[in-house]
Amino acid sequence: MSYAGTERPKASMKRFVRHNDESPWVRWTLTGVALVFLGLFLVVPLLAVFAEAFKKGWETYMASISEPDTLAAVKLTLLTAAIAVPLNLVFGIAAAWCIAKFHFKGKNLLMTLIDLPFAVSPVISGLIFVLMFGAHGILGPLLGSLGIRIIFAVPGIILVTVFVTFPFIARELIPVMQAQGTEEEQAAVTLGANGWQTLFRITLPNVKWGLLYGVILCNARAMGEFGAVSVVSGHIRGMTNTIPLHVEILYNEYNFAAAFAVASLLAFLALVTLVLKCALEWKSDRSRRQERMR
Amino acid sequence: MGKASKNRHVLPGFGLSMGYMLAYLSFIVLIPLSVLFVKTASLGWRQFWETVTDERVLASYRLTFSASFAAACVNAVFGTLIAWVLVRYRFPGKRILDGLVDLPFALPTAVAGISLTALYSSSGWIGQYLERMGIKAAFTPLGIMIALTFIGLPFVVRTIQPVLQEVDEQYEEAAATLGAGRWKTFARVIFPPLLPALFTGFSLAFARALGEYGSVVFISGNMPMKTEITPLIIITKLEQFDYAGAAAIASVVLAASFLLLFLINFIQWRSSRKHAAG
Repeated sequence: MSYAGTERPKASMKRFVRHNDESPWVRWTLTGVALVFLGLFLVVPLLAVFAEAFKKGWETYMASISEPDTLAAVKLTLLTAAIAVPLNLVFGIAAAWCIAKFHFKGKNLLMTLIDLPFAVSPVISGLIFVLMFGAHGILGPLLGSLGIRIIFAVPGIILVTVFVTFPFIARELIPVMQAQGTEEEQAAVTLGANGWQTLFRITLPNVKWGLLYGVILCNARAMGEFGAVSVVSGHIRGMTNTIPLHVEILYNEYNFAAAFAVASLLAFLALVTLVLKCALEWKSDRSRRQERMR
Repeated sequence: MGKASKNRHVLPGFGLSMGYMLAYLSFIVLIPLSVLFVKTASLGWRQFWETVTDERVLASYRLTFSASFAAACVNAVFGTLIAWVLVRYRFPGKRILDGLVDLPFALPTAVAGISLTALYSSSGWIGQYLERMGIKAAFTPLGIMIALTFIGLPFVVRTIQPVLQEVDEQYEEAAATLGAGRWKTFARVIFPPLLPALFTGFSLAFARALGEYGSVVFISGNMPMKTEITPLIIITKLEQFDYAGAAAIASVVLAASFLLLFLINFIQWRSSRKHAAG
């Protein structure tokens, strides 16, 4: 359903078969069109971030990213990811164990429900938590009397981030664990291992690449989420500002050099994410192929 | 079958993992989402209808819907072409480009938003040439479409790519042997099995575009009736503390996305059934 769960393209062995039946002219035109489109829509915007960031020189760049408000935003983003990712990791493992290793009715419904946050607009993801915990929300008066603030405060930011990144790890793990089957686990249990031993010694090592893949995607989204976080944050500088929100504030103040400097940190994170993702795909492809050869 | 049903007894942790999963799912996803409908219901039918069919809101639906549709169409055409080139041809730098297709998933939407705005504004790298041709992109519906195209591209490429890789080339060779030209082979042999994937990719890109906010707000200019997208109206209502109004419009958007999700699942279910039967 979502792209994330489908089989990723793999380097095919078929490559050696002759299949370029099209004339070279057609081939090069199509390749050219694809390259121009990708260049215009992906490469140029990426380069523009760095070009704008360094437009006013290295010193302005360094000053922008070492400013106290920026550092506070970086800290909050790291904190948010450090809480949201492990929470969804534990959920992902529990969900995958339950769905992949057992048979029960309603599995498809359950998987659709897990996917729900992917179908919800970021703005709506933020909105539902405001409706729940905001001053005029359902639990607002109760929380207010207890002196707990969730909306326009750090807990709200973490909560919506957990919601938005909810399906990532589960979606990666479920198909991988399903493909693994249950024989090894059954053998472990028969030999006297308890459930936790089986999970940590057999299941998780078997799915480690899929797990890491999910964690990387989840982390990228957790650190980069904008719409949902923007709704619940209140944009208090140095307090409830994550990196993407700080980019917005700087940009709206027409401080473009600083906005792009901070944005370049996120662009760099995106590039690292893509490189790790490709490396993991390559790695899991190779181990799958080795397994098949055996 | 017997072995399958025995699993439950052999492997431990079913109750714990199921319980944990359901509790977490309810607290994080189901209960908060249901609040949206509770809040909407508090409006009453007439007020609900007035809110969601307000002139300014209707204009935003039209804009969001048409820009998302146009972007998804552009992506369907170019996404298919890119998937084809990436699967079938070899050229230097292909692996890097293949990895880069996922950039819109990895790049935070706000970063994409300000970058595209800088590029397409009248002094930007691309905008200045468009301006000379008399085309304004930034702060117009065209700019919104460009941002939504950026966001949706990987959905189409990544749903078509694996299907294209699985296409058995024997059929193509058979078609060629039987005298079909390359174009005819593509149209009659290669394209039909790609169609469900293309439609799924199109719908995923379309659904994503309907709710997109971060990459659009910067380039759209946000002029009421002209370049104001629906998610922005929700935020405006929220800032005016009109919670029920925001919830009402949000539930319309959410209903549209769920409808699309349902459609996607239906297509996949049908094509997998056909696959199994054939």
